Amino acid sequence: MGESDDIRAMFFEECNDLMEALFEGLKLLEDNTPEPDTVNAVFRAVHSIKGGAGAFKLDDLVSFAHKFETVLDELRADRLSRDDALVQTMLRAADHLAHLVEVSQFDGEINSERGEALLEELDFYVAGEEDEEEVAFEPMTLNFGGIDIEAPSKPTVSVRFQPFEKLYFNGHDPLLLIDALGSQGELSIEIDLDALPALDEYASETPTLTFLLTFTADDPETVVDEVFEFVDGICRLEVVRNDGDDGGDGGSSLEADLSPEPPEQDEPAQANPTEIEQGSKVAAEPSTKAKNIVRNDAVAVQPTLRVELDKVDRLINTVGELIINQAMIAQRIDMLNLPGDGDLESDMADYKLLARELQEGVMSIRAQPVKSLFQRMARITREAGDATGKSVRFVTHGENTEVDKTVIERLADPLTHMIRNAVDHGLEDREGRLAAGKPETGQISLSASHKSGNVMIEVVDDGAGLNRDRILDIAINKGLVSRDSDLTDPEIDMLLFLPGFSTNDEVSELSGRGVGMDVVKTAVQALGGRISINSTPGNGTKFSIVLPLTLAVMDGIVISVAGETMIVPITAVVETLRPKESEVFRMGVDQDLLMIRGEYVPIVDVRKKLGLADSQDQQEQLVLVLVESVDHSRCALCVDAIHDQRQVVIKAVGGNYGEIPGVSAATILGNGRIALILDTDHLTKVETISPPLPSNSKQDVKVAHA
Amino acid sequence: MNTSVLAIDDSRTIRMLLQQVLEQAGFDVECAEDGVEGVAKFDELKPDVVITDINMPNMDGFGVISRLRGDEVKTAVPILVLTTENSAELKTRARDLGATGWIVKPFDDVALVQVLHRVTGHG
Repeated sequence: MGESDDIRAMFFEECNDLMEALFEGLKLLEDNTPEPDTVNAVFRAVHSIKGGAGAFKLDDLVSFAHKFETVLDELRADRLSRDDALVQTMLRAADHLAHLVEVSQFDGEINSERGEALLEELDFYVAGEEDEEEVAFEPMTLNFGGIDIEAPSKPTVSVRFQPFEKLYFNGHDPLLLIDALGSQGELSIEIDLDALPALDEYASETPTLTFLLTFTADDPETVVDEVFEFVDGICRLEVVRNDGDDGGDGGSSLEADLSPEPPEQDEPAQANPTEIEQGSKVAAEPSTKAKNIVRNDAVAVQPTLRVELDKVDRLINTVGELIINQAMIAQRIDMLNLPGDGDLESDMADYKLLARELQEGVMSIRAQPVKSLFQRMARITREAGDATGKSVRFVTHGENTEVDKTVIERLADPLTHMIRNAVDHGLEDREGRLAAGKPETGQISLSASHKSGNVMIEVVDDGAGLNRDRILDIAINKGLVSRDSDLTDPEIDMLLFLPGFSTNDEVSELSGRGVGMDVVKTAVQALGGRISINSTPGNGTKFSIVLPLTLAVMDGIVISVAGETMIVPITAVVETLRPKESEVFRMGVDQDLLMIRGEYVPIVDVRKKLGLADSQDQQEQLVLVLVESVDHSRCALCVDAIHDQRQVVIKAVGGNYGEIPGVSAATILGNGRIALILDTDHLTKVETISPPLPSNSKQDVKVAHA
Repeated sequence: MNTSVLAIDDSRTIRMLLQQVLEQAGFDVECAEDGVEGVAKFDELKPDVVITDINMPNMDGFGVISRLRGDEVKTAVPILVLTTENSAELKTRARDLGATGWIVKPFDDVALVQVLHRVTGHG
């Protein structure tokens, strides 16, 4: 088959859609609220994956999908009825199918142990049905092998071929069939004149011609069989071998046993129309039913358009410019100080409104419902439940909440971590739950909602809650906090996010959480979001993530440094302050430290860092922006002034200037000037800022992370 | 004029594959995503040959065959079934409804093109 990378990529993209449909259907089956077409849709999803996988010779995927499909076919045909065990098996089979798709796409290793076990489970539902269909995946073997020069020894057959009306009806042309035969051997054709009806018996509807063919080839019977395979039953076909001794001379004696399926010789043309009529009656019923379904679907499914991502990005960029342009015009009008009759101002307000609406509309093109992500998490939950032997119910809310495509893609890893943690560490085991008077089955819920221009994602478990004593113990033992530090409950909870908290395996065996939570926090921050914990002992834990709707716009604090206006991303900012003289200490030659609530924090002079003119007029009082990096270290940025907090449109600079240390992007301000967006992580990088801290303060510094 | 093919399949991947293979072989190819769209496009395009999948939403391949061969359209254009199914029962059903041929997925490029030439008599 034509195997191009584009089509292969498209296949995997299609697989994603199909897996989504599959899980959606299975969920309906699980809740036992299937719509009439649910099983069909589920069947088709698996079937289409199989079909495409076959085209790319993904044999493992094909054979597993095939077995799965066979079970679904039984269900579809009502030979098997839905029960909870079956649905669970199908969900797990769907998980495995997703796994196989992933492995095929990214060259991973197949979890063949689970595959085998599932095949057995599936087999249980279709015992004895399989063997016959095993051959279904032999590609069609049409042997059109080269036309050999005839050697005298080749066998010859006589073929008597009489098309019925149905053969013409099915779109065949006897001439083409005969031609096909002629292309594979030596052929002579005659019309059987004896078979022609008398003129007064002639009926225009009934085919009258009978062909007498003499065909010579290596294996003439097989060729004839192949060529006439699909007209079997809609013509009369008699093949007689003309081998001197054993076959006789093609006489009438062989007519009976060589005709593969002797059709009724009398009135074949009349026998067939009734058959056809029946056929179309049978078919007519499902198709009227299909019509109804179409009508329903037309209401439910919105037509969609596939657009290249580049085009959308270009549009988003242009709309960003428009927003900036609108801000510029507004600022200019302001500066004119026009005597207000208000017309211009109200027109301007309209412009602003339209520009914003346009922006939202364009942004929404990139937005996708979180549904696919949530479905994936359902799978993660099942796997984690299986691995830990805990019984878990997975509940979702707000599946249709839309978030920027990139955000969805980058949320997958942090959510996976959190869900696994919630199952592994959050939920008690069966005995623990019963002892606590809770139902045996634990619950993990995942929800998404829009909240004041942001997206809120929550992962909630109904487990035992965080074990704060334990967490504190671990943190102390690992030297992350000092023994005598007095931390509030929320501060203790936040210790989970410290890098190094959970690098040791033994932590995961405790009821405390911690596997990779620092990684989660970093990933969320990289998306411009924040994460928080809320835990009640005995009642479970809630993790809340707040994310911006899109990555094209962000909130920032407008500062100025050496006469330049710049932006500090708000997600990095902890607070802004003017320190007292007594809170600033000089270290070494030119390193200043800020002492804030018992913590020493290095002060980074942004002016020097960026190599801006080092003016001497040192201000009376420092203006500091306390920022936190993704590695949770804190730093105070020294700036000239803090002006404002506002939303800015992010413009990449990398394409034009390459990577600029300390600068992540730029934006255009209302007055048309460009402002750089600071990369606080880079600005505050330890190795670039000569950081020798007082050695005994190390633990204290860490305390402040909490 | 090139031979025109109407390919009906709900899988985007298969539609792209068919389009690529058949266009390279000099056919004009139009696609439809399900039986309903296929039958509608048939009226409009009057193709020389139809290739249809069996399992599709809204109207399946059997529906397509019986529509095209039925009173509504009544065409004698060759209709090839392209499917992963291979049971004799389904084949017979398709033939009884009026299908011209049956090709099992995954298909072989060369064989498919030859079958198309054979049933249309073109090329």
